[in-house]
Amino acid sequence: MFDKLDQIFVTALHWLVSFVPEAWRSLASSLICIAFILSVFPAVFSVTTIFERKGIGRIQNRYGPNRVGIPFTKIRLAGFGQFIPDGVKMLTKEDIVPRAADKIVHFLAPVVMLIPVLLAYAVLPFGRNMTVTDYDAGLLFFFAVGGAVELSVFMAGWSSRNKYSLLGAMRAIAQMVSYEIPLILSAVTVVMVVGSLNLNAIIAHQNQYTFGIAHWFVFTPWGLVGFILFFIASLAESNRTPFDLPEAESEIIAGYFTEYSGFKFALFFLGEYLGMFAIIGLGITLFLGGWTSPVSFLTWIPSYVWFFTKLMAIVFVFIWIRATLPRLRMDQLMNFAWKFMLPLALINILVAGLWHYMAADWQRWLVCSTIIFGAYVILGRGLMHNQKLGKRIYRYAE
Amino acid sequence: MLGEQIIKGMAVTARNFFGSYVSKERLTTVQYPEEHLAQKENTRQFPFLVYDGDDWEKGLRCVACQICEKECPPKCIYIVKSKDKKPDYKGQPQIYPLTFDIDISVCMSCQICVEVCPFESIKMDTKFELSTDDRFGGLLLTKDKLAKSNTYYQKMHPQDAAESDAVIAGEKAKAEAKAKAAAEAKLKADAEAKAKAAAAAATVPIAAPAPTPPPPPAK
Repeated sequence: MFDKLDQIFVTALHWLVSFVPEAWRSLASSLICIAFILSVFPAVFSVTTIFERKGIGRIQNRYGPNRVGIPFTKIRLAGFGQFIPDGVKMLTKEDIVPRAADKIVHFLAPVVMLIPVLLAYAVLPFGRNMTVTDYDAGLLFFFAVGGAVELSVFMAGWSSRNKYSLLGAMRAIAQMVSYEIPLILSAVTVVMVVGSLNLNAIIAHQNQYTFGIAHWFVFTPWGLVGFILFFIASLAESNRTPFDLPEAESEIIAGYFTEYSGFKFALFFLGEYLGMFAIIGLGITLFLGGWTSPVSFLTWIPSYVWFFTKLMAIVFVFIWIRATLPRLRMDQLMNFAWKFMLPLALINILVAGLWHYMAADWQRWLVCSTIIFGAYVILGRGLMHNQKLGKRIYRYAE
Repeated sequence: MLGEQIIKGMAVTARNFFGSYVSKERLTTVQYPEEHLAQKENTRQFPFLVYDGDDWEKGLRCVACQICEKECPPKCIYIVKSKDKKPDYKGQPQIYPLTFDIDISVCMSCQICVEVCPFESIKMDTKFELSTDDRFGGLLLTKDKLAKSNTYYQKMHPQDAAESDAVIAGEKAKAEAKAKAAAEAKLKADAEAKAKAAAAAATVPIAAPAPTPPPPPAK
């Protein structure tokens, strides 16, 4: 019974496709999968915006939105209907294009933002047998497609003919290019251990249980460090606080989408959140066992429930971090990427190699943990070495 | 060590997050349309006209002296004087306002009208939920909308209302004392006149006692 529940979407897909003539089946199956992605993830996005506003509100000891419920009734749903008026507002707002803007590029930028982000979902496994394309080089495809987001960001910033847009876009490029390296290097460890770029193979490797606990990579020293590096880099890749320099409201208005309004702005917003979900989904797949259960006695819970639970849990941590940490300065951002994350990721690759070739006993744990901890302390010291924290001195304004 | 302070900060925000669900005292938000904060003693929004008694048309203190109209900096008060007179709280016949309009879209709540009013008749209201879908008519408060009873004022601003009531009572007492003095003076004058008349009629040895004067006419 639980197996049926687990495979309900797969069965539904097969049932729907069976109505289509033989020759058109693969096309129909793809279209249904595309429709699934296009409906589910924007829905998750709309709920996440409410979660974010409510969560940040609670952290700041406020209620957050709690008024809007089902339209035309008095049911409030604790404010979870807020996304409906928000969406209507975004759709009906005036779309303003600056007179000096490069109109074609300005129009294309949000589209170019959304397409690679949606393409990335093609290889993500949402559940058992629930991958749109079971692609052998899935991980490579994900990163290759993700690289196109930078293009759209710069298109938006450059075409707007606005200094804030351009500043935001240049910050975004610098940040995304810098953080893509630790992101990919931290994912390389998983590929080294599994020996495959196929995301389903990576999950299959983690879907084993010893004493009832799953073999998730996050439960190994290199996996833990890899996950933390991946997590920080994905924060930076999705432009979330404390790495929200590209759209720093207090400094450069809204960064590269300063000159966007109405539905184009909504598309950017959607693209940003969908990119965040995609990269979290990849992080889950690589280190947190994808759709597998952490303990063997909970394997009866449907796989997609596990996937989306983990997704929302990490989204919650993102929101929590957003409510906690202030924004970094540009030099701090670069120092952190190049002087701390990159060396640690490289050491982590070395440790993953050691882990692979050492015998599976406690010595392996000791050696790997010591190397990583030592590297963390030394690199951390190096990063904090030149920091002169103390009373701020104003040389000119006095 | 690197990251130590981040963990501490995260702990603080987590404590606030869960604390806001546990203890109501943390949440400073007042859920406005359902809940209201108690207003401060000196709250003021827009002026209103005070009346005594139950009938607002009869008890309106305003005598249409137009001082407030002249003093109003944004010129939001419009008064038309009446041709006839009505007795005020002291019983004196007074002019009353035929029209008394305040355009609260123009009013800036400066309270100057209240300061200059010599009749304690215009005061500041605390009502602020005045939004309307009629931009011009809905924000032009006419006499009937402006008139509010003294008991309302006493409830709203007890301290100021007490002072105002004291002034009114003093005025009333003064007026009564004046009337009494006038009556006495009249009595005396009458008595003197009688005495003179008696002296003139000296042939009559015993003057008849002066008749009691009529009571002072009600004003």
